[in-house]
Amino acid sequence: MTVTSTTATTAASLDTVVEAGDGALVTVPSGGRLRIVDLHGNQAVDTLFYDAHDIDNRYSAFDTIREQRAVFLTTGSRLVSTRLDELAVITDDTCGRHDTVGGACSQESNVIRYGEFTRHQHACRQTFLRYGAKAGIGQRHLAHNVNFFMNVPVTSSGGLTFEDGLSAPGKYVEITASRDLFVLISNCPQVNNPCNGWDPTPIQLLGRW
Amino acid sequence: MTPAATPNPTLTPAHTHEVPGAVAWSAPVRAGRTVTLTALADGANATMLMIGADRLDRLNIPDTLKSQMSARIKPGMVLMSDRGLALATVTASSLDWHDCLTGALPDQLLLLELTKHGFGEADLHACINFFSKVSVADDPRASLTYVPDHAHAGDTVTLRADQDLLIFLSTAPHALSDEPAAGVAVQIETPAHTDDPELREEATRALRLTRELIA
Ligand SMILES: [Zn+2]
Repeated sequence: MTVTSTTATTAASLDTVVEAGDGALVTVPSGGRLRIVDLHGNQAVDTLFYDAHDIDNRYSAFDTIREQRAVFLTTGSRLVSTRLDELAVITDDTCGRHDTVGGACSQESNVIRYGEFTRHQHACRQTFLRYGAKAGIGQRHLAHNVNFFMNVPVTSSGGLTFEDGLSAPGKYVEITASRDLFVLISNCPQVNNPCNGWDPTPIQLLGRW
Repeated sequence: MTPAATPNPTLTPAHTHEVPGAVAWSAPVRAGRTVTLTALADGANATMLMIGADRLDRLNIPDTLKSQMSARIKPGMVLMSDRGLALATVTASSLDWHDCLTGALPDQLLLLELTKHGFGEADLHACINFFSKVSVADDPRASLTYVPDHAHAGDTVTLRADQDLLIFLSTAPHALSDEPAAGVAVQIETPAHTDDPELREEATRALRLTRELIA
């Protein structure tokens, strides 16, 4: 497996690979840019944003959707908190659109969706709790997340499905922090639907600040 | 002490309350009881949050939607919690579309209701905007448009509590609406019978687990 390293003109403050099913807690300073690279394509990256100085001021998926009058996220989308503070803006996106309706997988929701055999499979909300703990982020602070690179079509008839991704190897999305942030990431381990192309793969995080 | 005989000892008296427009209200609802909301005027909106019996497990809209392949709340859906249990079942409604994609503006009165019960800002999970509809376009971004003439006076929705609940309700106008705030009537009662409506397999699984574990 060969991974082409993305080398930019300025030195990265962060350059790390998150393995399939693993996670990360990244502190991004105001003005900092965080790029998430879908190294192998069709990989859902479940992501939460918190004001680093007040974790109650956290990303709100449905306030973000309402404020932009559209369901899908892409370049220009302002990611807002429940207080309607701007936490970050998507400033670059080679994938085209991202989901924020579908939430994160959990062991409990896997059982409901797919059956008892999934009870002990690894899931995003396990990763959120594990990596969030360092920032005091517990169950009550787990909000509804962004699913970068995930394709969840919502239709005019009120339907919703999980579909094969629109992403491809090397596609990336970049956010610029509007204030100091905790960015909590789960590189989704889900194998029961097409959100990861049935085969979870690593992602790269590149930070510049 | 022998309690006085009542005509039907299994039925508790119904609780009724008219929630005026532009206020917030909250109440406990015992498992098995139903909550019926009735729009008191055209353009009513009832924003609802719900917290389960253990006071941590909240209504989770993404899980509710993806497990039932829907982008709206309608009759025949189970409202699911963060931890995969059934909070309530939408047993009936005169409307087949209740918005759950567009949240609510910061609402000091709703936050105070949460605070009364020991909750706070961290519990501002996604809400349902009963009686409101925001249509989705089949365009590349799934653009949203508020539908102004959706609910009318007398429209109703009935929820059956599938575990002991706390419900939090705001009658502030929908965030995308220009209409004045309208009130809703609330009726909480123990129904004579509680058959499940027709449900998807996922919803049935959530109900079964809930009944086995806590209901
Ligand atoms: Zn996941």
